[in-house]
Amino acid sequence: MENDVNIELIDRDGLVHKITGPTDINLNLMELIKLHELPVEGTCGGMAMCASCQVYILNEIVSLEKSEDEQAMLDEAWCVEDNSRLACQIPISKDIEGLKIELAPLSDQVDDDDW
Amino acid sequence: MIKTDIIIIGAGPVGLFTVFEAGLLKLKCHLIDALPEPGGQCIEIYPKKPIYDIPGYPSVLGYELVENLMEQIRPFNPGFTLGEPAVDIKKDDNEQFVVTTKQGTQHKAPVVVIAGGLGVFTPRRPPIVNLKEFENKGINYIVKDPELFKNKDIIISGGGDSALDWALYFANDYSKNVTLVHRSQQFRAHNDSVQKAMDMASNGKINLLMDSEVSGLEGNGSLKSVKIKSKSNKDLIEINCDYWLPLFGLTPKLGPIANWGLEIEKNAIKVDNSDDYSTNIPGIYAIGDVNTYKGKLKLILCGFHEAAIMAQSAFKRIHPNKKNILKYTTVTGISGFGE
Repeated sequence: MENDVNIELIDRDGLVHKITGPTDINLNLMELIKLHELPVEGTCGGMAMCASCQVYILNEIVSLEKSEDEQAMLDEAWCVEDNSRLACQIPISKDIEGLKIELAPLSDQVDDDDW
Repeated sequence: MIKTDIIIIGAGPVGLFTVFEAGLLKLKCHLIDALPEPGGQCIEIYPKKPIYDIPGYPSVLGYELVENLMEQIRPFNPGFTLGEPAVDIKKDDNEQFVVTTKQGTQHKAPVVVIAGGLGVFTPRRPPIVNLKEFENKGINYIVKDPELFKNKDIIISGGGDSALDWALYFANDYSKNVTLVHRSQQFRAHNDSVQKAMDMASNGKINLLMDSEVSGLEGNGSLKSVKIKSKSNKDLIEINCDYWLPLFGLTPKLGPIANWGLEIEKNAIKVDNSDDYSTNIPGIYAIGDVNTYKGKLKLILCGFHEAAIMAQSAFKRIHPNKKNILKYTTVTGISGFGE
């Protein structure tokens, strides 16, 4: 499709998925990954409140600049690297054509009995 | 079996105010919450933070709002099942809902209101191999009882308000030694708290380790020391302690509610906002942050409005043959249920 963008995603098993998504329906990258039923949580719905959609940016298509909220959330998250971003904070547009990302490990929530 | 008119799942501000709106209509309520005290996010996440958008209050602290709500609903004498998450809901032969908690407490009512916020706020486990070995044996994810940490050596990790506030609290001649570990050079807590922490670090009251994180745990049955790695020079140091508090904030999870047959959209329960905030299951309503509809605003004040509308609908459902006229508290006052 003319308005689609192509992205390459490496899942937590190392499998590569080529995913596409429309640029004209106000999606963010977390939502696009969910649309393809790949395992990203996005618990907070995209408000940069939970870091459960952390991804590693593998090429220089997307800036590693972050808003204060996104940086603050990553400061509280785990397995954070210099190339970490929250997928919910990356809008799907033609600007990210060819983006390569890898899903960060899921955070382990404490069981109800253990806190 | 606890019997009532309305079972409210979630004792946050919106759940509490539901008791008031239902009480005006002579409907009795019982609240269930996974947390050990009422207040929801206002108590667990931001008890000392000012809220500025409650009508009539230019500023009110989270815990003050909850205290006021508890005072406001006192005449309606609600029941509470606290510290027990609701895990199951079933309809019996008489069209009554039975809600069961993880601990097995059962509640029965013709109407259920889910006011569960963003879900059950749960800490995240730092990825350290032998972490589980020391949970509740030197590792605490939230501070339930500060007394536990009196005259103890404690290490706190985190850069938010929770970490800073507790570090300041414990360092003020309360605990023996306080070490604050944060993985970056910037705190995201209030500037005032950050300045106080810096001052206390200068005075030797807080051992402040920036650009560092806890990377290992040592102990035998209970926690004895933690290993802390510096990100800048990769140095590894070991500090003895009685407690380590990883205060990295809590993340919500919707929990068992997600499996109750309710229509869920983006981790929230879809409701009919054109009418009464009812869900796809007749008799179950969802109000406050837990629901979603077109134009939804996750604000406490919107949850209060939803509670008032929902209560009128619940009245009609519970008393289909009774007529109800909206009354004003300025005219009728408050007529509670007594003890």
